[in-house]
Amino acid sequence: MAAEQDEILREVTGSEYKYGFVTDIEIETIPKGLNEDIIRMISAKKEEPEFMLEFRLKAFRHWQKMSMPNWAHLRIPPIDYQDIIYYAAPRKKPRYNSLDEVDPELLETFNKLGIPLEEQAHLAGVAVDAVMDSISVKTTFKETLAEKGIIFCSMSEAIREHPDLVKKYLGSVVPYTDNYFAALNSAVFSDGSFCYIPKGVRCPMELSTYFRINAANTGQFERTLIIADDDSYVSYLEGCTAPMRDENQLHAAVVELIALNNAEIKYSTVQNWYPGDKNGKGGIYNFVTKRGICKGNNSKISWTQVETGSAITWKYPSCILRGDNSVGEFYSVALTNNYQQADTGTKMIHIGKNTRSRIVSKGISAGKSNNSYRGLVKILKTAENARNFSQCDSLLIGNNCGAHTFPYLEVENPSAIVEHEATTSKIGEDQIFYCNQRGISTEDAVALIINGYAKEVLNQLPMEFAVEAQKLLQISLEGSVG
Amino acid sequence: MLVIKNLHASIDGKEILKGINLEVKAGEIHAIMGPNGSGKSTLAGVLTGRDYIDVTEGEIWFEGKNLLEMDPEERAREGIFLSFQYPVEIPGVSMISFLRTALNEIRKHRGLPPLSSGDFLKLMREKQQLVEMDAKLTGRSVNEGFSGGEKKRNEIFQMALLEPKLSILDETDSGLDIDALRIVANGVNKLHSPQKATIVITHYQRLLEYIVPDYVHVLYDGKIVKSAGKELALELEEKGYEWLKKEVDTVIE
Repeated sequence: MAAEQDEILREVTGSEYKYGFVTDIEIETIPKGLNEDIIRMISAKKEEPEFMLEFRLKAFRHWQKMSMPNWAHLRIPPIDYQDIIYYAAPRKKPRYNSLDEVDPELLETFNKLGIPLEEQAHLAGVAVDAVMDSISVKTTFKETLAEKGIIFCSMSEAIREHPDLVKKYLGSVVPYTDNYFAALNSAVFSDGSFCYIPKGVRCPMELSTYFRINAANTGQFERTLIIADDDSYVSYLEGCTAPMRDENQLHAAVVELIALNNAEIKYSTVQNWYPGDKNGKGGIYNFVTKRGICKGNNSKISWTQVETGSAITWKYPSCILRGDNSVGEFYSVALTNNYQQADTGTKMIHIGKNTRSRIVSKGISAGKSNNSYRGLVKILKTAENARNFSQCDSLLIGNNCGAHTFPYLEVENPSAIVEHEATTSKIGEDQIFYCNQRGISTEDAVALIINGYAKEVLNQLPMEFAVEAQKLLQISLEGSVG
Repeated sequence: MLVIKNLHASIDGKEILKGINLEVKAGEIHAIMGPNGSGKSTLAGVLTGRDYIDVTEGEIWFEGKNLLEMDPEERAREGIFLSFQYPVEIPGVSMISFLRTALNEIRKHRGLPPLSSGDFLKLMREKQQLVEMDAKLTGRSVNEGFSGGEKKRNEIFQMALLEPKLSILDETDSGLDIDALRIVANGVNKLHSPQKATIVITHYQRLLEYIVPDYVHVLYDGKIVKSAGKELALELEEKGYEWLKKEVDTVIE
């Protein structure tokens, strides 16, 4: 019995966070702290054109006048922004011409993370951009995509090679004035992914970016911009991990999506930043602004997120439905355990006629964690016949966690139909016992019940991601029951 | 197969079972009858390992193994099956993935390889017919939106699929109309064999017309106060439990 318990204990503690390793690699960093010189240094390192530096400096000056938002249901310890390193990059060659030139340690890291950088990518049919600390390491499949006119590259490269597109769209959905963290990101962002799908092209494979924080004391500030031109389609996946460290690290990203006439963008995230240990020590602060605009008529943007990581999550992937008949969707599973806190949800802003939005949010709280859904549905005067359906469910595991729902509704057009459903439930001992009585262990029973609960959202993910997400939910809950 | 010796059990400090002795051999069907509150469901709970019941005294041996040392899932894998009085709903979890997980756990325990999807579906169809279960139901989530009768039939269907050695039917007849009762009982009878044993827990004699027991035990106030052949059930039906209560209470006084 005792031996068996040891075994279980080892299993549980051992699989706590399997991405917590550190890569031993030479890192080039700039000094700690934030001021105009640092921003000039980042811009210079990236050989950016003048307009980018201007953009950064304007954002920085604006940020200095702002203060951190405090409306979320979160307890955020004070952050010393002068104590963060804003640029870290694996040393060796600044740019890679082929995979052979990449540091083998780095490749090993991405192998451990299960990211197919080369031929595996071909088999999996996924084009990958991998961002470690501040730098985009390798973008696979560029040539295949280029044949169709698709641009998929790092943000730094896009700034150099496609300045017109960047100039036109960067900051057009999330201006630097939008919020505190967006302003900070605009000032110091180091890299990220850029994607442009030309008119009439259906992107033949899933595009994917894998984000990894490795260096200590650094923040990660990536910037992603996706533009789907008329009649195009793209599905984009994003994964995130970080080493286990005792101090908190800041991640403040901005993602902007632009869908033109009849275009569709599907954006999926499996967020697994280090959540901190059992006692709430360490972990990533994930303060992210994600927003898409359905600019054209009949366009569609769909966000799917599975959030299991981070010590604190502050994130509201949103849709501005400007084009007539445009559609916005938000599917979310947010799981918190131990001392994690999450305040996440969405905003659906209906501007165009016959716009429709759908929100399915599934919160899961365990341990001593707090999990909030915060969502805004806004229907403007111009949005004739707008429709929204929201479903916000919360599932509690144990007696020490919290689930909260904050739905906001602003309707200015009487033709709108808005529906909201919410439920809160607990995983019942009766449900677990029922599974036990059929031979299923408690851990497996919880996984089964959780996956059943989250199915509607998991079904939105591409197949291989759905499997990974299922496992992730299970691992994140190990040891929280019984 | 099953030996219960001097079993005492309590819930929240209140003693419910006050010294149960029972032996069930392979091939036998035992009925446990008794008025409400006599401890019938508690006995089923102790056998399957519900953690809110404290066993304060006594032993339970199943096929020579100490049952009280096993977790609920181990007992299930060893071959103990409970047909629940109130089967729970598990939203979003399909019957197929639930039963496949369960069956493969049990197979693993018996040293058998997991069944492939194809073989599993074939087995499912076969067992479905045995209990005349609507194929539509197995396409749904576990017990979700099932009627009372469908839930009970689903229990017997699971029993057919998991092939336990000892089946405990806890008030399986409650909430069933006469046709459903007949189908459920037929299923149970078809599944019974000389290698298997069944304990039927029931308040009424009705079910025992279809599932004929070898022994009938009457549970009253936490003890088995009378054991006899199947004719005891009829006697109880005729005279009611009051007759027995009087008899027992007189003895105690």
